[in-house]
Amino acid sequence: MSAAGAGADGTSGSAVSAAGAGADRADRAEWETVVGLEVHCELETQTKLFCGCKNAFGDEPNTNVCPVCLGLPGSLPVLNAFAVELAMRIGEALHCEVRPSSFHRKNYFYPDMPKDYQISQYDEPINVGGWLELPDGSRVGIERAHLEEDTGKTTHQGETGRIHAADYALVDYNRAGVPLVEIVSRPDIRSSAQARLYVTELRAVLVATGASDGRMEEGSLRVDANVSVRRVGAVAFGTRCEVKNLNSLRSLGRAIDHEVARQVALVEATGTVVQETRHWDENAGRTVPLRSKEEAFDYRYFPEPDLVPLAPGSDWRARAARAVGLLPSARRERLAGLLGGAPTPQQVDQVHVVVAQGLDDLVVAAVAQGAPAGVALVRAANELAADLGAALVLDPGIFGRVAVMEAQGELTATQAKAVLAELLAAGGGDPAAIAAEKGFEALSEGSLAAVVQGVVEAHPEEWSRYSAGEDKLAGFFTGQVMRATGGKADGKAVAAELQRLRR
Amino acid sequence: MSEPPSLGRDDVAHVAGLARLSLSEEELDMFTGQLARVIDHARDVSSLDVHDVPPTAHPLPVRNVLRTDDPCPGLDRDEVLAAAPDVEDGRFKVPRIVGEAP
Repeated sequence: MSAAGAGADGTSGSAVSAAGAGADRADRAEWETVVGLEVHCELETQTKLFCGCKNAFGDEPNTNVCPVCLGLPGSLPVLNAFAVELAMRIGEALHCEVRPSSFHRKNYFYPDMPKDYQISQYDEPINVGGWLELPDGSRVGIERAHLEEDTGKTTHQGETGRIHAADYALVDYNRAGVPLVEIVSRPDIRSSAQARLYVTELRAVLVATGASDGRMEEGSLRVDANVSVRRVGAVAFGTRCEVKNLNSLRSLGRAIDHEVARQVALVEATGTVVQETRHWDENAGRTVPLRSKEEAFDYRYFPEPDLVPLAPGSDWRARAARAVGLLPSARRERLAGLLGGAPTPQQVDQVHVVVAQGLDDLVVAAVAQGAPAGVALVRAANELAADLGAALVLDPGIFGRVAVMEAQGELTATQAKAVLAELLAAGGGDPAAIAAEKGFEALSEGSLAAVVQGVVEAHPEEWSRYSAGEDKLAGFFTGQVMRATGGKADGKAVAAELQRLRR
Repeated sequence: MSEPPSLGRDDVAHVAGLARLSLSEEELDMFTGQLARVIDHARDVSSLDVHDVPPTAHPLPVRNVLRTDDPCPGLDRDEVLAAAPDVEDGRFKVPRIVGEAP
């Protein structure tokens, strides 16, 4: 519309496009993003949902299969009690009502399920109506969290490996029948950033309950996003599109941003969005249509006759509730409490990172060994989080010793980072031995004082300005001391010595 | 209770499509008649007064049939794949699939 208006005014082509872009930006501010997420969480059981086959990632294809999960005639499913327990823990952690439930068959033709149906929960899910509070204080409603079985893994074979160009497909049924809980949020999410925050927090909750290992990259957590837009202030929701193939937090954020822009442009140009399922193409950075509402599957749900209803008693529900571990919100409070006093904004961020990555127990253990919480926290949020795989299996005692050495001035911050990196790379070791090997001898208090004294005497003009209250010169003197000691001096000790001399 | 509309030829064609059955015109006529009779028979239930009968998801008075989470051996892979029409790399080989999993 703006382009046509500009054209009528006789402006040049470039002016037209500039006006169009300006109008575009102005219009964006009038649009509200509305997102609901469906998160599929593979449960950390030993066996599948309805048979005794191993629930394991990465085994040789089709080695964890039996007549039940291959859908062979005459086989019958029997529900895994521990999967029910984990589903109830998830329900408790998300403040859901945990209820009597039943199973349905969801029928469709696709080779990832040899039965040609997936056993899921339909009108009577085990968990309904909860919420998840995010670290920023916002709350996202939970519609339901139900049990279902996972499907097999299909690999499309062809020149490009892309679905549409594939010549044939290969199927591995090791994953068919693995227990899942599908967590459906209400459309309460208002930005891609909030969607990422929701998944990050939900992941931490799922790990805390013992239900999930939280590994998105291995497919333990899979996310579909229902995205729509509406004008700010509108009450009715716009037409939504479901976006699939979101394999990382990054994909989730990018896909939502792209989809919102696409829908806003569509509504502005044509007035409507067509309801459809879309596929996120990570490489192209865009969503492409998969099927329209008319092509949507008619799943012909009907009650699964081979499974009787599930109605866990109050004792079992109470046990499941007690088995829920310390939730992320409580973990953040615990860390903040260890810091003593109000945390700085950086520390608030560090607490979020450390809890989201499951590193908070390491910090707590380090503090128990005498390390100041602030030092342990910053090392966990930076160095440990940077090498998460190694950090999660690091002996807490070793991490504690490094933090103590840094806190006591035996290692500078730089040296502590280097020692930690070495420990993480080696999967453990003796921090003191590594420090000695690297020549990280701490300066004794006496020799540090002598170096500081020497630096002060070498720069009398700067020293008089610093003494007169020009505090920023502390950085200059610290730099000079670091140079003189080859970086072995502890920054905090230098600052303390400078303060002492100034008084 | 209002009577649901009786089964039409289009309904049968739709259901056949969902089940991946291709029916001839004659078959459609035949099955429409047969299915309508089956559904009418099932509809006899709606003539009963069930207002004081609680809904049930299963005819058996049984709840919570569960097993413990203990692994047990499955089938031998060679045996399993021997039953497949086609195999590659220890996996079932299936024709090109249009579209993505539902």
